[in-house]
Amino acid sequence: MSTAPTSPGPARAPVYALVGNPNCGKSTLFNALTGLKQKIGNYPGVTVEKKIGTAYSQHGHALTIIDLPGAYSLAARSPDEAVLRDVLLGRRTDTPMPDRIVCIADATNLERNLYLIHQILDLGRPVILVLNMMDVAAQTGLVVRAARLEKELGIPVIPCEAINGKGLVELKLAMSRHDLPLSRHSWEIPAPIAPAVSELAASLVDNDQRGPLIARAEALLLLTDQDTVRVAGSRPLSARTTEILRSWEKRWQGQGTDWAGALVNSRYDAITELCTHVIERSAVKTGASVSDRIDAVVTHPLWGWLVLGGVMAALFLSIFTLAQVPMDWIGDHTAALATWVKHTMPAGDLRDLVTDGAIGGVGSVITFLPQILILFFFIGLLESTGYMARAAFIMDRLMSRVGLNGKSFIPMLSSYACAIPGIMATRTIEDTKDRLVTILVAPLMSCSARLPVYLLLIAALFPSAAVPVGAKVAIMLTMYALGTAGAFFFAWLFKRTLLKGEPPLMIMELPPYRLPKMRDVALHMLERAWLFMKRAGTIILGISIILWFLTAYPKAPAGSTDSQQIAQSFAGMAGHALEPVIKPLGFDWQIGIGLISSFAAREVFVSSMGVIFNAESSEENTAPLRDALLAAKWPDGRALFTPLVCITLMVFYVFAMQCMSTIAVVKRETNSWRWPLFQTVYMTGTAWLVCLIIYQTGRALGF
Amino acid sequence: MVETIKLSTLAIGASAVVREYPKQGNAFLRLREMGVLPGTTVTLIRTAPMGDPLEIKVRGYNLTLRKTEAEHVLVEPIAPRA
Repeated sequence: MSTAPTSPGPARAPVYALVGNPNCGKSTLFNALTGLKQKIGNYPGVTVEKKIGTAYSQHGHALTIIDLPGAYSLAARSPDEAVLRDVLLGRRTDTPMPDRIVCIADATNLERNLYLIHQILDLGRPVILVLNMMDVAAQTGLVVRAARLEKELGIPVIPCEAINGKGLVELKLAMSRHDLPLSRHSWEIPAPIAPAVSELAASLVDNDQRGPLIARAEALLLLTDQDTVRVAGSRPLSARTTEILRSWEKRWQGQGTDWAGALVNSRYDAITELCTHVIERSAVKTGASVSDRIDAVVTHPLWGWLVLGGVMAALFLSIFTLAQVPMDWIGDHTAALATWVKHTMPAGDLRDLVTDGAIGGVGSVITFLPQILILFFFIGLLESTGYMARAAFIMDRLMSRVGLNGKSFIPMLSSYACAIPGIMATRTIEDTKDRLVTILVAPLMSCSARLPVYLLLIAALFPSAAVPVGAKVAIMLTMYALGTAGAFFFAWLFKRTLLKGEPPLMIMELPPYRLPKMRDVALHMLERAWLFMKRAGTIILGISIILWFLTAYPKAPAGSTDSQQIAQSFAGMAGHALEPVIKPLGFDWQIGIGLISSFAAREVFVSSMGVIFNAESSEENTAPLRDALLAAKWPDGRALFTPLVCITLMVFYVFAMQCMSTIAVVKRETNSWRWPLFQTVYMTGTAWLVCLIIYQTGRALGF
Repeated sequence: MVETIKLSTLAIGASAVVREYPKQGNAFLRLREMGVLPGTTVTLIRTAPMGDPLEIKVRGYNLTLRKTEAEHVLVEPIAPRA
């Protein structure tokens, strides 16, 4: 009992796990300890972020630090919490079992923070407790006596202000200690339950190959949570242990004992008792705290909406406008680079592969970076200040109508700019099913790449200058509304059918407002951008090269124009092959090529149309292309782009999944090809069906 | 015999002691682990602009929960100090 388990081997740096509640300042501490020496990845099989960093002790020895996801309890209720539990219990083969655990508690909220730490102390492993935000606690009139807590628990307790780096040296000194004492942690398990704990623990040792201390901790968890899967994880419990558990539960049910409640109660009783010795509330109570006063405005029935609207407008506008500058810059420079290569390299297939395939592909990967950086800068800011939770609080009622909770709001809103950062932002949703539903419907929100398509088609719809701007705006807004309605409808549908689950909980902490630490926000932003490049970039690059190949081969005879080339390429053939399917929607094979090329990005439709119809046009002046579209005819002489076809085509762009980058991101975020494929089929199927109805009805009505 | 009311009907700004809530169900397990237990004092801070969810103060921090859950939590209001 008194020996520290698993002394690290000579070759391996000791492994420390950072553990704590959400909002306790864990990330700030991790960044402060490790600086930029961090590796970010995924735990295999689940989309939970794995962060490992290296810190150096005061003596210069390397220490490996795992930043585990924030959690409130070891009885896991989300994939994040399951990872925490499994790493601490040494159940993950991909992660070393931590030698020592550094627990972080928010000193301003010690009771609730100690619940998880109390569970961890049950594990009987060496623990260092960091009391973070001691400065904030002092400001709110709380005196937290770390020395007393150290004496009560028998483990090192380090007062700390992670945000200013105070206490870091003391923490590193404690981490370097060779003789970390084990906690003299004991608490009273209620008498009717104690024999069950011993019996279960014994069975876990005998039948489930658990170590004695872990077995006791696990027995306690099994008794606080009815769902054994949540405690035992993927490895099922042995039949004997399950039998013991069930027979105790049956006995207690007969006696009317609330065993789980009693256990949680006595744990909290022990914590409350501890806190009476440790926390002193100074007599001066300043009334409403700063946070309360901010919240009085921010969640006010009227002002709350204005603040939310203002914040969202700022977020939205900056993604839309601020991102445009670097995006254009990237576009111009990749184009310039392609031109330069065209002039320097000898003409041939290899040159075209480099310029049109590779450079174009890399360009389409990095062109998303500005949007991703800006969105995650905002999200980082909103999360670290505490506003994110308020936005979810305000929007929860609306989102609950379709079976989601308030946390789906930001990802869905961000998708108006671009579904890629929106989908990447769904990681804040704990419930796996809610997260998946949000990912599935997010691309229905009309993103900025659809805008040029809408603009071109609206121009073709109303060629005359006499049509009031209002009508054009109304059509545009209708498209946005249609996409939004579709997203909510499918969210509602999926929550009722495919991904049926319990109504999502809205039991969420509203953390006090805090000033953001810019370094953490910046790190978070860069991390996201890097993850996007690493995870989605390769897929996007690959598909770009395939798309280039489809339009460039087979080669037309020398001297052909670009439009002749594309017409007889594989893409042209695919357009022809597609025509029977899209003819009932009023689209011909040339539009078919446009639809296929849109997989590179939806706005590519505009440039493909330019190539196909031989129209020189620029972003500023779409008039030549508009006129070319209006002049386009079916072989039998009927006009191709009738107003009805323009409308139908716009609706197709609202619903269809036509973006390879989104598909790549969904694949990464859901860990399988199943969901992006399903999403492509359901979205494009809906687009086809809705367009069929619109076009055929329109025809029948004589349009 | 103590007078209990539903947490969802507690007046804004009023405090109450939690007396009873369902023993089963995800929501209540989580509430329990978040420190809302029989005997715990909670204060209803506000409701969201659309009336749901609720925000309560418990053990010195702020927590949200939906009305559908709050309806099952029986509390005993504490008379405001004169």
